[in-house]
Amino acid sequence: MAEAAAAPALQLEGVTCTFPSPDGRGRSYTAVQGASFTVADGEFVSIVGPTGSGKSTMLNVAAGLLKPSEGRALTFGQPVTGINPKAGYMFQAEALMPWKSALDNVAAGLEFRGVSKAEARERARPWLSRVGLEGFGDRFPHQLSGGMRKRVALAQTLIVDPKIILMDEPFSALDVQTRQMMENELLDLWAADRKSVVFITHDLEEAIAMSDRVLVLSAGPGARLIGEYRIDLDRPRDVAEIRMTPRFLALHQEIWAQLRDEVLKGYAQTKLR
Amino acid sequence: MRSHAKRLPSRPVILLLQLGVLIAFFLIWHVLTDTKILSPFFFGTPGAVLARTWADFASGVIWYHLGITLLETALAFVIGTVAGIAFGFWFARAPLVSIVFDPYIKAVNALPRVVLAPIFALWLGLGIWSKVALGVTLVFFIVFFNVYQGVKEVSPVVLANARMLGASSRDLFRHVYLPSALSWVFSSLHTAVGFAMVGAVVGEYLGSAAGLGYRIHQAEGVFDTVGVFSGMLVLTIFVVLIDTGVTMIEKRLLHWRPQDNHGGQH
Repeated sequence: MAEAAAAPALQLEGVTCTFPSPDGRGRSYTAVQGASFTVADGEFVSIVGPTGSGKSTMLNVAAGLLKPSEGRALTFGQPVTGINPKAGYMFQAEALMPWKSALDNVAAGLEFRGVSKAEARERARPWLSRVGLEGFGDRFPHQLSGGMRKRVALAQTLIVDPKIILMDEPFSALDVQTRQMMENELLDLWAADRKSVVFITHDLEEAIAMSDRVLVLSAGPGARLIGEYRIDLDRPRDVAEIRMTPRFLALHQEIWAQLRDEVLKGYAQTKLR
Repeated sequence: MRSHAKRLPSRPVILLLQLGVLIAFFLIWHVLTDTKILSPFFFGTPGAVLARTWADFASGVIWYHLGITLLETALAFVIGTVAGIAFGFWFARAPLVSIVFDPYIKAVNALPRVVLAPIFALWLGLGIWSKVALGVTLVFFIVFFNVYQGVKEVSPVVLANARMLGASSRDLFRHVYLPSALSWVFSSLHTAVGFAMVGAVVGEYLGSAAGLGYRIHQAEGVFDTVGVFSGMLVLTIFVVLIDTGVTMIEKRLLHWRPQDNHGGQH
């Protein structure tokens, strides 16, 4: 299916990100060190790593929000300079505009692309239904639950039809039930038109349940990619049920054996700080 | 919904209690002056103050002075707010400008603005513009600091999200910076309106030929305490009316905001 000639949806080449230390003294902080990976068109890739391992930093480089100190990012063969126009980004923190209603938040991306306000709203309506929020269009973000806000954010990201979706622990703030529901919904939406997904999480089970491939990041500072696992579980999947299958457990055991050491290192780091 | 509200009595009861406080105030005032514990010469009597106020409105003399004061207030408010918004945005978006001017802004803001009143009277004469100028110097800084804060406090995540959705810098201004700043401006509007009126009245008080401040000053000059209190009463009534209007506009424009959010800087 994947042709060798086709450029990958996303490619990071030796990306290193160094930040000046917050106190302004000479010591700088290297978040990511020499990270290289590719994501094929239509592939669902998760990146797992301990807290503070620079997962978000890599995503920001892929999005074009952050210029790497070394290395570069390519999207469909084109170097990323400025905002990556092929990418949609779902943030971990609240990213909706609180002064816009749910409908206007979803419509915003179209408006930014020059679509008239009336037409943008018309096209946003079916998207609200697709994420199960029909009839909630005139609510403001603070009037919605955390799960509902994430649905709005998902519709907001998907409406502009990005070829790559970058997701930074998008469901980490949700309770377990809501979270599994959102994960299944995301997989359904993804199955409908196979975009590339880069999904960042610190939850290994979530990563395995959803992905085609899982990348493991070492503990920071100077985090690097240390492992890559192909997840050969059948699709379509139900994220709750698939956790019971023997293959899932075997994969989990295999990856956890490597990840555990990094988590312990990361934990020691945070204790030192 | 809000737990701390459930123990409070209903709205009509609260209104009744508030009215009670007002009546009690006038009653105590009346009793103290009637029994000569407080001299009616220095403290007036509520009856006389109300009668004078009524007579002033009935004869129509007060409308002219009230109109002048309200015009000065409105002009000071509009000019100060527009300038505050413009400069607030400029400073927030141009870090170099903001750093260079920072000490001077702080210095001017620390200056008691009343001392400028005679200068403005010299420059602009005894008409309305010297009062407007004084009001502008008061309103400008309140709005300026709030807009500056509002633009600075825009969530970086909301900003990054809008950029990822394809927002140009003009879109960012219209859809992100402006609504964020306006929420801060509105929380400062009550203070700004009040200060606009302070500027107008103090200006009139220090030198003018019309306005409520002028009338209060005239009454004071002839030891007419009833006139002074009557002027204060009229001022208070109109400040409360304007403030109610601001609250109504605020509710319409900021209905996206949760009810118990930050109150802005005052």
